[in-house]
Amino acid sequence: MLGTVSEAKVNEARKLRLLVGKVGLDGHDRGAKIIARALRDAGFEVIYTGLHQSPQMVVDTAIQEDVDAVSLSILSGAHNYLFPKVIELLKEKGSDDIPVFGGGIIPEDDIPALKEAGVLEVFTPGASTDEIIDWVRAHIKSRRES
Amino acid sequence: MSHRKPTTTDDGRVKETSRSRDEWQDGTLREALQGKGERDVEFSTVSSLPIGRLYTSEDLGDAWDPVERLGFPGEYPYTRGVHPTMYRGRLWTMRQFAGMGSAAQTNARFKYLLEHGQTGLSVAFDLPTLMGRDSDDELSRGEVGKEGVAIDSLADMERLFEGIPLDRVSTSMTINAPAAVVFAMYLAVAEKQGVPFEKVSGTLQNDILKEYIAQKEWIYPPRPSLRIITDLIAYCTREVPRWNTISISGYHIREAGSTAVQELAFTLADGMAYVDAGIEAGLDVDAFAPRLSFFWNSHNDFFEEICKLRAARRIWARVMRERFGARDPRSWMCRFHTQTAGCSLTAQQTYNNIVRVTVQALAGVLGGTQSLHTDSYDEALALPSDHAVTVALRTQQILAEESGVTNTIDPLGGSYFVEALTDEMEREALAYVERIDAMGGVVAAIEQGFQQREIADAAYKYQTQVDQGTKTIVGVNKYRMDEDAAPEILKIHPEVERAQLAGLERVRRERDASRFENAVAALRRAAESGDNLIPPMLEAVRAYATVGEVCQALVPVFGTYREVSVI
Repeated sequence: MLGTVSEAKVNEARKLRLLVGKVGLDGHDRGAKIIARALRDAGFEVIYTGLHQSPQMVVDTAIQEDVDAVSLSILSGAHNYLFPKVIELLKEKGSDDIPVFGGGIIPEDDIPALKEAGVLEVFTPGASTDEIIDWVRAHIKSRRES
Repeated sequence: MSHRKPTTTDDGRVKETSRSRDEWQDGTLREALQGKGERDVEFSTVSSLPIGRLYTSEDLGDAWDPVERLGFPGEYPYTRGVHPTMYRGRLWTMRQFAGMGSAAQTNARFKYLLEHGQTGLSVAFDLPTLMGRDSDDELSRGEVGKEGVAIDSLADMERLFEGIPLDRVSTSMTINAPAAVVFAMYLAVAEKQGVPFEKVSGTLQNDILKEYIAQKEWIYPPRPSLRIITDLIAYCTREVPRWNTISISGYHIREAGSTAVQELAFTLADGMAYVDAGIEAGLDVDAFAPRLSFFWNSHNDFFEEICKLRAARRIWARVMRERFGARDPRSWMCRFHTQTAGCSLTAQQTYNNIVRVTVQALAGVLGGTQSLHTDSYDEALALPSDHAVTVALRTQQILAEESGVTNTIDPLGGSYFVEALTDEMEREALAYVERIDAMGGVVAAIEQGFQQREIADAAYKYQTQVDQGTKTIVGVNKYRMDEDAAPEILKIHPEVERAQLAGLERVRRERDASRFENAVAALRRAAESGDNLIPPMLEAVRAYATVGEVCQALVPVFGTYREVSVI
């Protein structure tokens, strides 16, 4: 079962569809829920996975829901494993055109390697919701147009 | 007017002294406001609780009776503190939460802290352990030893406490869903050290209700989880009398984004639910309530935090005496641990966090805490480094031994503002408790997502205020600056995970297979029959059953929990 799916407005065919995911055992969902709600309030369609998802579950949901991007919130310190794993599984399914971005407690030093692994952007503590929304508007394109 | 008394100021102008707040507002204040207004239209706490301009005796009213509201230290309703001498008698316990990587690494950190004057241990477990999963579980990948120490079997627990006699330290273990299993392992270590159970002391967090509400580390649904807890309470009451069975925690509720009042209300409501469960299980309230303790967050808003702690003591005392009919004064006492607010720490200008932690720790002390953890300034980046942990501990020592705030009991008692805010937080918390009662109690409210939604709404509101700049976070939305490289932080190497997996494999290979199987089967039978689970759990961990194996053994009987997420 999925969490909340924001209502889709039929007339907005180009509305971005975003997956907000909590992957791994990390239960810190304050940030993920705030981001999900902020993105929804900004007019995007948001699917929140709920907690304790494996990388495989997140990838399956992303593909089934045909999302335009996957955003992951990780505060457990397992980002160096989980981000690349999700990207690898998307690739295996031939869905590596779905961009992955995210945030959490992620040391600066780890960010270059995550970007090298294909993470489009990493937001760290203190990032505002506006900053994230602006970034999504600028960098995430609807996959259904192409 | 007759009640106005003219006085003369230094420059010879005639000025009047107000006899009531209204008079002051209409006179001196109005003039001042006409000249220059205040900095803001409304003033409020970090939790958006409105704060008035000035508090006077009028806020307390004629009916406000200090004997009834405050009492005296060590006496009902304990508003001024649970001990008659408070910090004049004994300082709070300085208890820094620690755990990372392997049991051996954490053991070294414990010894370091004990050598530097810390007086109690506090164990942080890694996420797989907290979720009742072994290090080789599919979902454990990448998480082993990351946020705390990895414990799979008794072998790890033996290593964790090697060289630390369990009759000479008190240990706090922050674990919930698998709390009983880890507790059984602790007892098994005591057994091997030759320490009798009645000399073992410490605290188990063991607060599953707040997991469903805020921290989200669960295994079974609420009702069977409560049964494990009441089994543990019954066992400790008989066998481990110095053990604090539940540390009813507001900390995580606050970290998840609640207001101070929500933290107070939801936590006390959880406490009442545990007392109800104990009574329903046939225990006498005075046999177990003295071993319940609390765990609060201390956030940035200094007075709000102090008043929350004072209100908590008064509410708990009244609830225990009036609602549950407890007669032992120890059942009425809300004893608690306080930790500074991790969620208030910033990744920007990290040294500023030392100042935040100082203010928050001082609030905990002025609120009368029994023990305190001060966060390290680098925790918004990673697990704390040794240097940051030392600064955090020194902060407590400076408050305790230099600041002078420990010289008298409850120095803020009787302040118009502090008493009015304490009263208001008490009222608002009790209003929440009534709503939860009306929903059918804590578990029913959790099942309806009530607390979860209230917290998510408060968290979102606060984030919006920060984004709009109506609430300030220094260095984040105000006074920003470009920074050079981040400070040195602690990293857990992937080697920890590999070593842990190898150790786990060895335990499984070397243990007595038939003793293990019999013990696990006996545990499952106890779950089915309703017998107390702790003795068979103790036997299972003695047989080196792992945390994951013990927890999984109960799943067929108890089921698993799945949250309906709300955003």
